Amino acid sequence: MDESDNRTFWEYLAYVSEHQSPLDFVLVWDHIDRFLWGTLLTLEITVIALILGGILSVPMAIARAYQHRWLNFPIWCFTYFFRGTPLLVQTYLVYYGLAQFDAVRESFLWDPILSSAWWCALIVFTLNTAGYTTEFLRGSIATTPSGEIEAARACGMSAWTTIRRIVLPSAFRRALPAYSNEVIFMLHSSVVLSTITLQDLLGAGRWLNGRYYLAYEGFVTAMLFYMVLVFIISRGFKFWEKHWLGHLRQREIEDEPVTLKAG
Amino acid sequence: MESLWAYRNLLFEGTVVTVQLAVGSLLLSVLLGLIGATAKLSPNRLFQKSADAYTTLIRGVPDLVLMMLLFYGGQQILNDLGELTGLWDYLEINQFTAGVFSIGFVFGAYMTETFRGAILAIPRGQIEAGIACGMTPMKVFTRITWPQMVRYALPSFTNNWLVLVKATALVSVIGLHDLVWNASTAGRSVREPFTFMLAVLIIYLMITAISDVGLRWLDRKYSVGIRKV
Repeated sequence: MDESDNRTFWEYLAYVSEHQSPLDFVLVWDHIDRFLWGTLLTLEITVIALILGGILSVPMAIARAYQHRWLNFPIWCFTYFFRGTPLLVQTYLVYYGLAQFDAVRESFLWDPILSSAWWCALIVFTLNTAGYTTEFLRGSIATTPSGEIEAARACGMSAWTTIRRIVLPSAFRRALPAYSNEVIFMLHSSVVLSTITLQDLLGAGRWLNGRYYLAYEGFVTAMLFYMVLVFIISRGFKFWEKHWLGHLRQREIEDEPVTLKAG
Repeated sequence: MESLWAYRNLLFEGTVVTVQLAVGSLLLSVLLGLIGATAKLSPNRLFQKSADAYTTLIRGVPDLVLMMLLFYGGQQILNDLGELTGLWDYLEINQFTAGVFSIGFVFGAYMTETFRGAILAIPRGQIEAGIACGMTPMKVFTRITWPQMVRYALPSFTNNWLVLVKATALVSVIGLHDLVWNASTAGRSVREPFTFMLAVLIIYLMITAISDVGLRWLDRKYSVGIRKV
């Protein structure tokens, strides 16, 4: 009798996975918890940074859109700096760079916050997304139809009431498509976490490859996880856009794509 | 500050590598973008679907993941293929090649969308008129589509280029001796990482500012004869 018949199904599967399949999927399955923890860390920092950065960006965008005399230029510098430089280098600057100063190392902030990779990443990610969000929110505030603002004036609203009731709600709606890009972009950028010793999703993939000396398994698994996350995020935003931007949607027109074929 | 001056050559060499990497991946991404846009607009469903799959894949995966997959995994595939076919001996993908290919591949997808939108913005009647005049598809492209496409594509192209320049920083993670890698090594050895990283940030801002000037010139050149709103 053939020896292979005595194996259980699981042993057979493990054999196939290790020796015949191009990817060792059983090995990935054995360490799937690492990937789930990695997903959790990736989402944790991305989501908290997006929330905090979003909150920060609203007053800055208002100040930029209304061209506040004192605040406009400093905020422009802030957004120019964060939008014009790589997130990786910004993160290095804070995480590796701040230790250069004795004053920082001896301050009360050092021990719980500035020496920890988690906090440094959170601070940098928050400021980074605040920079991007400020700029496109400024754009959508500036494109508020002037009739709406005139109508609010005519109703006797004060400047602040106009902002709160008229400008912001419609600006948020118009910024939604750009914001969905920003969320996906932040998720993509969060791979920087794995370069400052944190075990995010990519970190889990790198760990698996390093531990078992593999070339693809960890990265391919991380890639699939990222794709699922992006798919869920874009589905969510599609739903919200339908809900909040229904009044702006174009009617469906038959639109044939232009073809480059002659004749 | 003296330490920055002492390491100026290292920083300069790193900047050169970064710029080469960015320009190389830009060329590849423009090529892929043109192919992708043509495929998306072609009547062939297979081409359309594969171009859609390409842009969806790229939107779903962070560039560093693709870069590492290509750098570590691509090497193995290449050597397995070489062993199988016997066409080439052991090959090694270096970091620069992996960087150019992965960044070019990623931004090719964004360029695809840019060029597709730009081609769609050209009034269809002009292309039909070109065909009616007896132009070959190639001639329609060089005389009608391309000159106008550049103008429509420029704002989005500019944006892609600025994001691409920033993406080059990631190649330091797989060990390319670019600006970021050189500066962080130097910064660590003289124990002034902050100073060096700040210098890197300023150099990146300078690259951005310089390309801004160049792209404005391009914009003027391709908008000759167009009334501004």
